[in-house]
Amino acid sequence: MTEIESALDPILAKYHRDPTALLQILRDAQDLSGWISPEIRAAAASALAIAPTRIDSLTRFYAHLYDAPRGKYRILFSDNITDRMAGSVALMELMLKKLKLERGKLSADGLVSIDFTSCTGMCDQGPALLVNNLPATRLTARRIDEICGLIRAGAPLDQWPAEFFQVEDHIRRADLLLGAPKKRGEAIRAALALGAQGFLDELEKSNLRGRGGAGFPTALKWRSCRDAPGEKRFVVCNADEGEPGTFKDRVLLQSFAATLFEGMALAALVTGAQKGFLYLRGEYSFLRAPLEATLAEMRRENLLGATIGGAKNFDFDIDIHMGAGAYVCGEETALIESLEGKPGRPRIRPPFPVTHGYLGFPTLVNNVETFCNAAAIATIGAAAYASRGTKQSTGTKILSVSGDCQRPGLYEYPFGVTIAQVLEDCGAPDVGAVQVGGAAGNCLIPEEFGRRIAFEDQPTAGAFMVFANRRDPIEAARNFAHFFAHESCGFCTPCRVGTSLVAGMIDKIAAGHGAQYEFLDLKRLHDILRASSHCGLGQAAMLALGDMMQKFKPAFERRLITRDFEPDFDLDAALARARELAGRDDAAAHLGEDI
Amino acid sequence: MSDSDSSFTLDGRIIAFAPGQTILAAATAAGVYIPHLCAHPDFPPHGSCKLCTVTVNGRDGSACTIQAAPGQEVRSDTPELHEIRRVLLQMLFVEGNHFCPGCEKSGRCKLQALAYEIEMLSPHFVQFFPHREIDASHPEFFLDFNRCIMCELCVRASRDVDGKNIFALAGRGRESHIIVNSPSGKLGDTDFAATDKAAEVCPVGAILRKEIGFATPIGARLYDHAPISRVDLAGQEK
Ligand SMILES: Cc1cc2nc3c(=O)[nH]c(=O)nc-3n(C[C@H](O)[C@H](O)[C@H](O)COP(=O)(O)O)c2cc1C
Ligand code: SF4
Ligand code: SF4
Ligand code: FES
Repeated sequence: MTEIESALDPILAKYHRDPTALLQILRDAQDLSGWISPEIRAAAASALAIAPTRIDSLTRFYAHLYDAPRGKYRILFSDNITDRMAGSVALMELMLKKLKLERGKLSADGLVSIDFTSCTGMCDQGPALLVNNLPATRLTARRIDEICGLIRAGAPLDQWPAEFFQVEDHIRRADLLLGAPKKRGEAIRAALALGAQGFLDELEKSNLRGRGGAGFPTALKWRSCRDAPGEKRFVVCNADEGEPGTFKDRVLLQSFAATLFEGMALAALVTGAQKGFLYLRGEYSFLRAPLEATLAEMRRENLLGATIGGAKNFDFDIDIHMGAGAYVCGEETALIESLEGKPGRPRIRPPFPVTHGYLGFPTLVNNVETFCNAAAIATIGAAAYASRGTKQSTGTKILSVSGDCQRPGLYEYPFGVTIAQVLEDCGAPDVGAVQVGGAAGNCLIPEEFGRRIAFEDQPTAGAFMVFANRRDPIEAARNFAHFFAHESCGFCTPCRVGTSLVAGMIDKIAAGHGAQYEFLDLKRLHDILRASSHCGLGQAAMLALGDMMQKFKPAFERRLITRDFEPDFDLDAALARARELAGRDDAAAHLGEDI
Repeated sequence: MSDSDSSFTLDGRIIAFAPGQTILAAATAAGVYIPHLCAHPDFPPHGSCKLCTVTVNGRDGSACTIQAAPGQEVRSDTPELHEIRRVLLQMLFVEGNHFCPGCEKSGRCKLQALAYEIEMLSPHFVQFFPHREIDASHPEFFLDFNRCIMCELCVRASRDVDGKNIFALAGRGRESHIIVNSPSGKLGDTDFAATDKAAEVCPVGAILRKEIGFATPIGARLYDHAPISRVDLAGQEK
């Protein structure tokens, strides 16, 4: 055995040399040297008896897998608009300058690389960065200074001050879910007392709807999964939480994990699944060890494992699967592809996961908050649950509030709360706009602050980003456009090409070169992406932009030039080299406005 | 079974279908052309190019993936849908490097033929001008990924029919690209053969047979005589 082979062996053994676990294997293997080297690629491919291209198709898909060295310290600045508003761009520049680095390039000594990554879910405590998957929050110039010192000294991460990596819950308003943690086992015992069918009936009466965005009735999904033909069934918790501006699942995972796992066990009770997965986004790797510890405790307490709660035939356990930097993997069919060790490209729907999911078996996929709600319903009963919220949107919704407000953090309200109420509670007096539902959500302006958070009015998966009046909507639009271009999985034409075209057009407008031509093109693309994209990512990629273009028309129009069109090709810039050779830079050596 | 149990309407015409058939397959069988690129009668639905976008009971979707169902009201021949298809074609053109006059596939290329069919007069958008490799390492074939439209027909054919798994789609977003499964990444190092299904499925000029490029002169080629809509329905496509 070569050195690489023997280092890889325990990782392969841990995953039983199963190619379905390829993404997990590569994530672990990358920790050996910080990247997937040609030696690791070759050794893993031959040990798993798969084509090396299967490894390439993962390393080139997942943003946090590398097929080139990225250094001992791999720094990724979170690039949500809220990080930017808190000064992330200047902090990154400072760090680049101090370490004499270029963005995206490995330092000459192979020590460090610095780049952007999509929102890391620390919007209430940004600006944030990830160093080798560990989040460092509340960055300041001073903190950057200290980090640069530690990097230059080559200090291992476990010797960095723990406060750098402190992640706060920031629970500002608690209701059903975020109050005191429930007594462990209570939900399972209550559901066992009702029986599987009895609890499903209770769930149905509660009228619980999915919290991952689409609001699908949860009881209906559980029943469909239970009734679908198949030898086995799976329960999957979607903890990918990639929507920019959303971080409520992070807190549920950090402080209410047992409730979540109980909720998953209830789903197993109802559907008959024996195996569950928690699909945890790579950015939340720091939660893995505590989550594993909670799982181990629950197994000891007979809340997971065989004959749960002493009930015959109630066997269920949960594995944690890690993502590796791909927003699209939050889409349930892409998530299942990823669970199967493949790039996260959404499948054709139908068939839906409840009939054809993981490895083709009936699979239930629910959001973290949905499972937590199911556990709460078992404990307090459907009637008490449904007394909260509105008729069509029962229970509570946790909002992740960030941006221009005094008290960012989690706010749990009964459904039906107005935007204005949330703004008052979080201390946001001078608001120009609120982005509800993340980059894929809607942009609301003050006239609309009487609207209510509810499936029948303004639905949301939980993001609530506040923009003060002084903010430039085009900056937010640009940030979102680049996010979607970066995160498009590339499967379908409209999203693969369209999101890049859109990002280019917004850049052109922001730089003062856009005309009505671009403005009209953007409107056309808005309709085309929504109508023809394969999955929700492309369909929603221009929602916020469409809102902004309509509601902040003057802000856009101020930026547009009055000419009908300006070519993308900049003739004057193209002559720069000629000027350089001629040693001239006077006015006559430039093309005027009148060409 | 009455007629309405096994038929839907397409732009007002009644189309009969067999159980399990997609809207595209049923329409083709009934002699109605719906534009499509990544769909191929020998392969299961894929649904990536979105050229076949139609409106089914008021909602847009892909004719090549949606199962035909009794009573569906499908619209395909509308100005709005043609506009979507035209823009999708423009996207495919600007995303790659398509210099039709110099391409051996000209006149036999589905992308080009569809652009004529749907009257795409210009690429309209900013060209990406991507840097993509040409691979001439194989004795009988060359690969020019400048023209690849990411339909994955080669991937599917090599994997599902030839059992060779020679091609794979890698990357994401606009960085998506086809890779070749060999230690060097070159086609010459694979067992790719002229008899492979993957050797004949590429709809554009990305996988080309060497030495026969101009055996049929331009002007005498497949789509030079008849538009793709007619060629497709006559089942002459290759
Ligand atoms: C691009 C995209 C990203 C998504 N990301 C998430 C996510 O991070 N978490 C989540 O629960 N659902 C996400 N969803 C929704 C899921 O597809 C799915 O509807 C949800 O997990 C179902 O759970 P629920 O019924 O409990 O809401 C996403 C959907 C799309 C299209
Ligand atoms: S819309 Fe298409 S390209 Fe975009 S993420 Fe979904 S499947 Fe991928
Ligand atoms: S090489 Fe041809 S067949 Fe393969 S994906 Fe590209 S366009 Fe499709
Ligand atoms: S032919 Fe239907 S999506 Fe390509």
